Amino acid sequence: MLDLDDYGTSDFLQILKRRHPELLAMSDAPDAVSRAHISESSLRSYEGTTVLAVVYNAGVIMAGDRQATEGYQVGERRIQKVYPVDRHSAIAVAGAAGPCIEMAKLFQVEVEFYEKTEGMSLSLEGQANFLSHLVRSNLALAMQGLIVLPLFAGYDLKRQRGRIFKYDAIGGRYEEDTYYAIGSGGKDARTTLKKRYTPEISRQEALESVAEALWDAADEDIATGGPDLIRKIFPTLYTITEEGVAEIPEATVEELYRDLISRLM
Amino acid sequence: MTGNPIPTCNETPAFVFAPWNLKDTDMSTPYYVSPEQIRQDKEDFVRRGIAQAKEVVVLEFRDGLLMVAENPRKTTFKISEIYDRIALAAAGRIAEYEALRVAGIRESEIKGFRYYREDVTAKWLTNLYSQHMGAVAQAWDAKPLEIELLVCEIGIPDASTHSGTQRNQIYHIAFDGIYSEEEKYAVIGGRATTITELLEQRYTDGLEMAAALQLVTETFQTVETDSEDDYEITPETIEVACLEQTAERRKFRRLSTDEVARLLS
Repeated sequence: MLDLDDYGTSDFLQILKRRHPELLAMSDAPDAVSRAHISESSLRSYEGTTVLAVVYNAGVIMAGDRQATEGYQVGERRIQKVYPVDRHSAIAVAGAAGPCIEMAKLFQVEVEFYEKTEGMSLSLEGQANFLSHLVRSNLALAMQGLIVLPLFAGYDLKRQRGRIFKYDAIGGRYEEDTYYAIGSGGKDARTTLKKRYTPEISRQEALESVAEALWDAADEDIATGGPDLIRKIFPTLYTITEEGVAEIPEATVEELYRDLISRLM
Repeated sequence: MTGNPIPTCNETPAFVFAPWNLKDTDMSTPYYVSPEQIRQDKEDFVRRGIAQAKEVVVLEFRDGLLMVAENPRKTTFKISEIYDRIALAAAGRIAEYEALRVAGIRESEIKGFRYYREDVTAKWLTNLYSQHMGAVAQAWDAKPLEIELLVCEIGIPDASTHSGTQRNQIYHIAFDGIYSEEEKYAVIGGRATTITELLEQRYTDGLEMAAALQLVTETFQTVETDSEDDYEITPETIEVACLEQTAERRKFRRLSTDEVARLLS
């Protein structure tokens, strides 16, 4: 028979923890994992990233580079670091790739599960708060060096504007009004955004700033990948507005970078 | 003879009550009831409940599956999204349906999280519901569920089939878990037989959404006009949703009253 006991729980994570803890690498009490000695060299995880979000006049842009590194090697050239969550939000992740992707997937399922069971979307603020719990429940792994730090952005339908939330390793949640970037190249991207950002920035200007910020991050940080014109690999860019989440087509991103390069030469 | 006539043993007794059908006058010595009679009693009991239930129709149109229910309420729905390609419609007791709806979403999300989203199918979900409803209907001390379900799945585009898409699936589950696969359209509710007969005469393949919706509302109106209390079918008194091939990952969409009015005008 179907297990009807979980009725009333809109929290998918709680259900997984209770019924299928084996599916969660990041649950609160995986004794085996927390006791295991994980040395950084023995555990070859992909890391290194620049992901960012910029509030513009119609919403928010979220973007990320595509490269994952394994020590001093390129581990993966086409990795996805930005994931749409629901119709008006997206998450970007930085840190150890495996746990990062799992957190993004779990978060997306969680928000959708809430929406379907309750019959209405979880508010942006509610999503941001829930993400805190997810980051905190990864603490045991974070202590072993498998840190996951998300950047969360969305269009707040009630407040009619784009919003950005950043997190610390123990789940602290902080809102940014304008822009933010995280990951190994985050600081470099922030410097560029700091110079280029103006309040009520237009979509086109915001896209150009984002492209330039990711370029600068890739220029300064070895773990961030730049645009790859030969393999046709470009950073992923999403806009989130009242109409929803939309990915910027690859051709448009390529054009942004060709313009940028011709300006720099 | 007085006293508690309900056997206290945990084993299934040789004589079986239908305690929900007992009247005070029946409180005599337990008597033998044949399995056929038990099944018939339960079926009659459920049929009386379902006979009052308003109908839900699911039918294939050009871009997917259209689901229409007679339902004047604005927030309690009879049709709902279960998973990416799967929707559930029900006639009967809302409370009993609600528990199964949420359990379906939960089990689907768990399966999709464990394996892959495309591994969650209507066939699998139908079996899950069927086993549960069958077990409840067969339990000697429980009331059978007074609901009928339609589990619908929109086909996956598949190059290997001639039509380019795998066909849509509609499963009709009766209160006792017995299910059947329906083609093109299916109806549940009190006057399902009458509506099915009407659809047999009027349904054609490849209808546009507006035409399909008009067909269903006309059918509803015909049935309502024939009934004693005259009841008008308007965009306010029906609930409409669809599974659309043109949608992104989540194919389910609820149509607003305005949209329904536009399609019907």
